[in-house]
Amino acid sequence: MTAQKNIIIIGNGIAGITAARHIRKRNDDHNITVISAETDHFFSRTALMYIYLGHMKYEHTKPYEDWFWEKNRIKLKRAYVSKVEPILNSILLDSGELLTYDELIIASGSASNKFGWPGQDLKGVQGLYNYQDLESMEANTKGIERAVVVGGGLIGIEMVEMLRSRQIPVTFLVREASFWEDVLPKEESEMINRHIRSHHVDLRLKTDLKEILSDENGIARAVLTGDGEEISCQFVGLTVGVHPNISFLKNSGIETDKGILVNEKLQTNFSNIYALGDCAQLRMPREERRAIESVWYTGKMMGETVAATICGQPTNYNPGIWFNSAKFMDIEYQTYGYVSAHLKEGEESLYWEAEDGVRCLRIVYESATKSVVGFNAFGIRLRHQVCDEWLKNRTHVDEVISNLNKANFNPEFFKKFVNDVKFKSMRK
Amino acid sequence: MSRDGFSISLASPHAPGMDGMQKFGIALFVLAILFTIVGALGPAAQDPALFFYLGFVVSVVGLSVYTVRTYLNRPSGVQNNHIFTSSLTNRGLWGWALGVFLTGFYVVLYWGSDEMWNGAPLVLLFNPISQGLFNHPPDRWFLYSFIYTISILIMGVRVILKYRHSNYQIVRTCSIMFFQLGFAFLIPQFLKSMSQPEYYFSYFWPLDYDLLFPSSVNGLLSSGSLGIWMLLISAVLTFIVTPILTYFFGKRWYCSWVCGCGGLANTAGDPFRQLSDKSMKAWKIERWMIHSVLVFITGLTILLWVNSCLVGGIFGDFSHSLTKVYAFLIGQAFAGVVGVGFYPLLGTRVWCRFGCPMAAYLGLLQKYFSRFRITTNGGQCISCGNCSTYCEMGIDVQSYAQRGENIVRASCVGCGICSTVCPRGVLNLENGLTHQDRENNNPITFGNDGVGLDTGFGN
Repeated sequence: MTAQKNIIIIGNGIAGITAARHIRKRNDDHNITVISAETDHFFSRTALMYIYLGHMKYEHTKPYEDWFWEKNRIKLKRAYVSKVEPILNSILLDSGELLTYDELIIASGSASNKFGWPGQDLKGVQGLYNYQDLESMEANTKGIERAVVVGGGLIGIEMVEMLRSRQIPVTFLVREASFWEDVLPKEESEMINRHIRSHHVDLRLKTDLKEILSDENGIARAVLTGDGEEISCQFVGLTVGVHPNISFLKNSGIETDKGILVNEKLQTNFSNIYALGDCAQLRMPREERRAIESVWYTGKMMGETVAATICGQPTNYNPGIWFNSAKFMDIEYQTYGYVSAHLKEGEESLYWEAEDGVRCLRIVYESATKSVVGFNAFGIRLRHQVCDEWLKNRTHVDEVISNLNKANFNPEFFKKFVNDVKFKSMRK
Repeated sequence: MSRDGFSISLASPHAPGMDGMQKFGIALFVLAILFTIVGALGPAAQDPALFFYLGFVVSVVGLSVYTVRTYLNRPSGVQNNHIFTSSLTNRGLWGWALGVFLTGFYVVLYWGSDEMWNGAPLVLLFNPISQGLFNHPPDRWFLYSFIYTISILIMGVRVILKYRHSNYQIVRTCSIMFFQLGFAFLIPQFLKSMSQPEYYFSYFWPLDYDLLFPSSVNGLLSSGSLGIWMLLISAVLTFIVTPILTYFFGKRWYCSWVCGCGGLANTAGDPFRQLSDKSMKAWKIERWMIHSVLVFITGLTILLWVNSCLVGGIFGDFSHSLTKVYAFLIGQAFAGVVGVGFYPLLGTRVWCRFGCPMAAYLGLLQKYFSRFRITTNGGQCISCGNCSTYCEMGIDVQSYAQRGENIVRASCVGCGICSTVCPRGVLNLENGLTHQDRENNNPITFGNDGVGLDTGFGN
């Protein structure tokens, strides 16, 4: 039985809320307060695009009904934290209110990148990360004739899909030679290039942004590309990645680099202050993994980890086999283990692509031992537990392929891919 | 948003611009419907064939042309754009208007007088098909049955086109269309034309609530050997086939593959499936209501038999009055007027979820004696909410998926839409190897190796 603590969580995204929920699951007595400047309640950031598409309303993106928080005695506070004072164990809100804590969890998420382009602060130019971005995108895209989206990554393609759903012509500027090519191998990346174009998107590869031009009212009217081409547009989406949202910690004494520096227990240089999710930067990231992991799943895992530590069960952040997922317009993507854009030395891969050109599977394995190290699936669904077990056990690729059916998570009556993959592997 | 605010499109709220073929289809539909209305005002009584073929049939063709063209113009994939910004599918002006219209139609259908319906030109309009195929004049119930079947067929084609990236939805919708057309329309009508009992093989007790009442049983027994067979088949379907199929496949084999009520909900009702109430409160009401109806009809059936054996000795006319109450409240007001009339307001499966005794019976079997479950794929859920939003039974699917838990719910009809709309491949309808292996309990995100049950979770 631990003594009652006063716990403050900054940020009501998946990391902060998971921490709050799991602290409450483990302990009935702690006071838990979650502070957010974004929305009154936790919503799923990954679902923002579906509100714009009209698949859902904001209410549908809230994973818990509003009564949940009071029932679980998790206090929600809508405010912006302007200052953290670790020495005094207190935080200052923009309202002037001062709150004190025994333990502080910072889960303040990310902010969109801007790289100093001329015109990047014009009206009609924006990123897409938070709820306010969604509202401004709604306003900024009303009645426009063309939009330009800059940046070939996950948010970029989401923004393109959003704009296309309203029949807005889109030019998609991707600096690299192919979509998301620093993460996806060539074949997968090219599949997505084709898919983007099949949705009538003007995809410009190897094209970067030079400047955004203004009209007389300070609204974007065109972009100028690196090639000197002027593309007329009334909306510019800047989706060139995110960075930890930590500007409010300046001069607080909390050590930061790109993000808030944390040890393996997600503790900052102050033992009662933790950081998790997008804003945390691991001092000693594990091999194969990044120091800042800004994905949904790791935010969730970090929340679970911190809750254990705070509730008297000191626990290291120890995510198992890497996994992730996304959806590129109509093509679902799942990945398990490590598939890099360019095979590493000593690695080989088996790549199968269906004739329809929208489904493929890549299995990466070590040349010497033939142990599997990663899976990339596009347009097909793989069973997480099975892939995880194979990867953990470093299973032989032949065994994986002959048991591939166990990993098939496609719905009933779907086209079988397992035999095609086996056939492909036999020919190899 | 304003541009989409007044969209009344059912097929794809997506396309502000129409091509020539779409325009042609809509023009054909509107003109033919106008012609049908003119006929129904009177002239159809004299020349039903003219108005039936040039009016009704042509309108069906026009609508089909539009629908097919609209969906084939788009690449295959989830097509839910603008559903919550469209007036018709988000309880706006057009949704409200359609709800009132459908409800009114059911009120007039069930409780309108015989004088009003008999010989009405609207009914006579369907003479060509009624006389032509089945050799009997149409009445209001023929009109209803025919329109019901046509709705399932046309909107079934739409569903197939809309979800054409999912073979599960294609096969399932074909099954719905097949059972409605064959078992709920052609066979009963042919039986009737051969002066046999108008028997529906796809509906049995307790959904067809009076089928096992003493009066119906005696009626079937007295109508010769076919009647005895029908009775035997119903009993076998209710008490043997249902538990066996539900054990292996869950209640979906009936609710989403065979039943006409579910069939209408999943075809004509598809544009409204997202309107179901997902709150915990609605779930509580649901459990009370649906099981009460099952208890009511079971008790009533037993009561009627006791009374029949005792020749009214104890209950006198009481059980007969109860039957009337059930027929009015449950059979007509709930299943029809509210169940379908309120599609655009409360979502599609209101009857299946809150009222259907067959669904209650299947649900108990599914929850306690079935291998069926919806599997959650490890830790892949991103809590986006699409599955819960599009669940017509109002199940908060996401609340399970985000905990890595499989979904085992009595009410799940296994329509498979949660799996179809999931953007991350998290949900899958599966018949497992046993009943026991369906539930899993993963309070920690799958893949989080640092925090396990062994670290003292759950204190």
